[in-house]
Amino acid sequence: MSIVLPRKGSAQIGAFILILLINWLVSPQFFDLRLQDGRLFGSLVDVFNRGAPVMLLAMGMVLVIATRGIDLSVGAVMAISGAVAATLADSHSIVICLGAALGVGLLCGLWNGILVAVLRIQPIVATLILMVAGRGIAQLITEGRIVTFTSRDLAWFGGGSLFGVPAPVVLAVVALVVALALVRGTALGLMIEATGANAEASRLAGIDTRLMTVAVYMWCGFCASLAGVIVAADILGADANNAGLWLELDAILAVVIGGPSLFGGRFSLVLAVLGGLIIQAMNTGILLSGYPPELNLVIKATVVLVVLLLQTPRLIAFKDRLFRGTR
Amino acid sequence: MTFKKLLLATALFTGVTVPALAADMTVGFSQIGSESGWRAAETSVSKTEAEKRGITLKIADAQQKQENQIKAIRSFIAQGVDAIFLAPVVATGWDAVLGEAKDAEIPVILLDRDIETKDPSLYLTAVTSDSVHEGEVAGKWLVDTVAGKACDVVELQGTVGASVATNRKEGFEKGIAGADNVKIIRSQTGEFTRTKGKEVMESFIKAENGGKGICALYAHNDDMALGAIQAIKEAGLKPGTDILVVSIDSVPDIFKAIAEGEANATVELTPNMAGPAFDALIAYKGGTEPPKWLQTESKLYTKDSNPEAQYEARKSLGY
Amino acid sequence: MNQAESEASDLLRIRRLSKTYPGGFRALKTVDFTVRAGEIHALLGENGAGKSTLIKTITGITLRDDGEVWLDGREIHPRNGEEAQAAGIATVYQEVALLPNLSVAQNLFLGRQPTRFGLVREGEMGRRSRQLLQGFGLDIDVSAPLGEFSVAVQHIVAIARAVDLSAKVLILDEPTASLDAREVEVLFTVMRQLKSQGMGIVFVTHFLDQVHAICDRLTVLRNGGLVGERTVAGLPRMELVRMMLGRDLEAVETARSRSHRDTVVDRGAVPAVQAVGLGKHGAVAPFDMILREGEVLGLSGLLGSGRTETARLIFGVDRADQGELRVDGTSVRLLGPRDALRLGFGFCPEERKTEGIVAELSVRENIILALQARAGWLRPLSRKRQDEVADRFIKLLDIRPDDPDKPIGLLSGGNQQKAVLARWLATGPRVLILDEPTRGIDVGAHAEIIRLIRKLCDEGLALLVISSEVEEIVSYADRVTVLRDRHHVAELTGDEVTEQRVLTSIAAT
Repeated sequence: MSIVLPRKGSAQIGAFILILLINWLVSPQFFDLRLQDGRLFGSLVDVFNRGAPVMLLAMGMVLVIATRGIDLSVGAVMAISGAVAATLADSHSIVICLGAALGVGLLCGLWNGILVAVLRIQPIVATLILMVAGRGIAQLITEGRIVTFTSRDLAWFGGGSLFGVPAPVVLAVVALVVALALVRGTALGLMIEATGANAEASRLAGIDTRLMTVAVYMWCGFCASLAGVIVAADILGADANNAGLWLELDAILAVVIGGPSLFGGRFSLVLAVLGGLIIQAMNTGILLSGYPPELNLVIKATVVLVVLLLQTPRLIAFKDRLFRGTR
Repeated sequence: MTFKKLLLATALFTGVTVPALAADMTVGFSQIGSESGWRAAETSVSKTEAEKRGITLKIADAQQKQENQIKAIRSFIAQGVDAIFLAPVVATGWDAVLGEAKDAEIPVILLDRDIETKDPSLYLTAVTSDSVHEGEVAGKWLVDTVAGKACDVVELQGTVGASVATNRKEGFEKGIAGADNVKIIRSQTGEFTRTKGKEVMESFIKAENGGKGICALYAHNDDMALGAIQAIKEAGLKPGTDILVVSIDSVPDIFKAIAEGEANATVELTPNMAGPAFDALIAYKGGTEPPKWLQTESKLYTKDSNPEAQYEARKSLGY
Repeated sequence: MNQAESEASDLLRIRRLSKTYPGGFRALKTVDFTVRAGEIHALLGENGAGKSTLIKTITGITLRDDGEVWLDGREIHPRNGEEAQAAGIATVYQEVALLPNLSVAQNLFLGRQPTRFGLVREGEMGRRSRQLLQGFGLDIDVSAPLGEFSVAVQHIVAIARAVDLSAKVLILDEPTASLDAREVEVLFTVMRQLKSQGMGIVFVTHFLDQVHAICDRLTVLRNGGLVGERTVAGLPRMELVRMMLGRDLEAVETARSRSHRDTVVDRGAVPAVQAVGLGKHGAVAPFDMILREGEVLGLSGLLGSGRTETARLIFGVDRADQGELRVDGTSVRLLGPRDALRLGFGFCPEERKTEGIVAELSVRENIILALQARAGWLRPLSRKRQDEVADRFIKLLDIRPDDPDKPIGLLSGGNQQKAVLARWLATGPRVLILDEPTRGIDVGAHAEIIRLIRKLCDEGLALLVISSEVEEIVSYADRVTVLRDRHHVAELTGDEVTEQRVLTSIAAT
């Protein structure tokens, strides 16, 4: 056991540290920290703060992928819940506003879950429906404009802080702790993994695979709506056209960087979140570097490729042989 | 002249000269969609402009698809409209359907964007803004404002590869070309969104000594500027004072920021493309051939242009 | 025969082949293995003996740690299946690795289609395919999708494809596991023909009869090591089974006795499970059935006769559309396996890989799966409890290797089957349904499972056992229900439970 644990995830942890070091090289003040208006301020904080939405999406996505599914609608769900939150923020109390926004996310997840688990539509098709329609729904809510608000309560979710830690980071960490408690503190984790690895055998063993599937999509919808609230709170407005646009791909990428295959089964919440951080660390590094923006995607793609290559079984076997050879 | 007065003046002008011709005219407008607030404003301004002139305007929303636009144009031809307005979603592939309109002797006016064709007779005129010019106006304003003092500028570009972004960048560089004291030190894409604008600005501030090295921000649209303004505030700096903010589009929210002193200037990309188009059309029916390109004005607004009133005038346009 | 002479006729010579898997499992321990030209050589051993690993290391699918592979006097080092094929070693696996939706001809020529000007010459391909298969005594429509043919034909097509690639050695990995007697005969004809052409054939099988019917020599492996190499002719069956099991035949012999029939079953009591006119359209016709505690009810019949469908109705996997199921005399309606689990039912399905094990999960997790499902997600079993349960059943059922944290997919078929059985035993069931519990597992595990069935019965469980091995089913069943064409056609009790009577019922028209 003690040998297995550090090895799992070593590629991701290594990549993350390496990217942070490279960021430090291109921008020597990278690790500088100070308090600004009672809030931690610095590039490293940006990595976590800006990474919070994708971290949240990755937490949701990793469970969906563990059941051999995929959720393409998370970006659209972000737009919907952001729109709901921004629309209600100035007219209703924060509890109602937040409840509605997160409730909408759960509802979207329920919809996806029913399409996948009950109607047995392929996940990629089922969630594509909401991916396309969801943004339209969000635009209907905002009437196509950027709905701004002044509610300081809602604004806290983007710009506030707790003991100096930016609120989005606090929320992401709380969500991760809750997810870990739910998944590893109960038998949910085992049941989700079993469902993903072999749904029929799991059903025959008495596991409610349908419930598991609906539950993970609802969790994913919840995470997406929380991310949507954060993004809306961050810019003090809901931009239905752009909120969460293409973020479903970043979320899938984060999960893939975190290790599990898209064919379901074993998963790691922490590594998926780390995957999200790796992506954001890269983004922040690129922004700090001052390279022309035309290179952004090239750099990103190269780094992702390297991280993924580090995890391929063949390369690991090669590395092991090399290692054994030198001893 | 305020925006309202401008509208009023246009309305009076058309009302006096050619009332009889405009009265029973029907115009079909193939609109791209409603992908942005500006687009929604363009649509709603088109409606009010048509109403003012007593013109019946039929709007077809193409939902970003050329085939929908082609269908809409064919149906306008079949209905026998007096003219067709087209905001083309792409530049190419219009020759056939515009040929049909020409054969039916229905004049076509392009709004907001140009098309590529070998046969310019396929359309009557194109009403567009000049995005290079917009950038230039912004650049000139900055040069005038800093008045010879050294000024390091950070630039928030639009989406990489978008022609508007390329043009506004080029225009701004043209605008500051003569002034050696103004130079761009950092330039990144904010993808035209508030979220990205804020994120990129955060990194600019950190990369430039906590923002102390930045004199001005030039954003290719107002939304990115609005995001960046928040980033500047969160870094403990005063936008509009510590860092000058100039951007393009003139959406309602930027006027709020200007009124509060957090933004300094915005260059208008007017949503009123239909107004000049209607005027050109009425003149054409009266026998006057319009020029091939009608450039809209790239007007500059600052805190001296009564930003509160500008905000009020624009807020219900659908931005 | 002297040393030089035997070396000369050796086609494939394996020396000191070793393989240790990551985690330290020694799958092969310095094994020697020799195949001569023009012989059929049986490779025997229990599940987990190392047969699969031996084949995989020969063909390079798994890289060997140590040892030599000589083919036709030349040492070879294939790194994958294609390289082994190119060197002259063709392999046909149990699960035919062809594409069922492509035509027979396309399967035969996939990757090497005859072309002209870059276009596939369909006609030429069809003609050559027919010719090739006629050589194997097979006259079929080569343009039809492969999936439409029986498993036997698919095997022969796979062999034809492999052999057509100029093979010197052909390895057949359990080709007869899913074939009926007639199909086996067709396959044997093909094998004899290839043998006469001087090919060396390695034949992996569980059926000892087949070894005697067709093989010249045999090699037995046990626990990754070589037990011995023998000439088949004149080898007593006793001797062979002893080599394979490494113990006396007693275990197998007692499995055949019917001593436990003396168990007293209270026939007056309310039956644990009773089906009244239970049926599902298109699956199985309405039937009545009584299952009492402390008794074994056997379900016999040909494949597709409705045996598995009956079991699935009783366990709630499929929902009945007519009739009634009573448990302890009370009518119940099962909406799914979860309801059956709550009632104390257990079900080991026939399709072990797709419906039984969860390959990625560990042996431990597989064993506690149903127990956990019954407890619900809110009440997780503590790690300590999981370990206790897993260890108990690993010991009880002798699951090997006895590492509870090993992914179950890496275990042999027999051990996987035991783990699935353990999963249900862990729930302390009162009704257990076993669908083909001994399919595809070796003689040793077979005997153990049968012994276990009787023990469970003695402990008062109600057992419903499905098996196509008539000889086996009459050895432990108190009653046997025979199915034919989705109907329950006969119920045999007491002295009627004989091989003869069962076969007559199955065969009756």
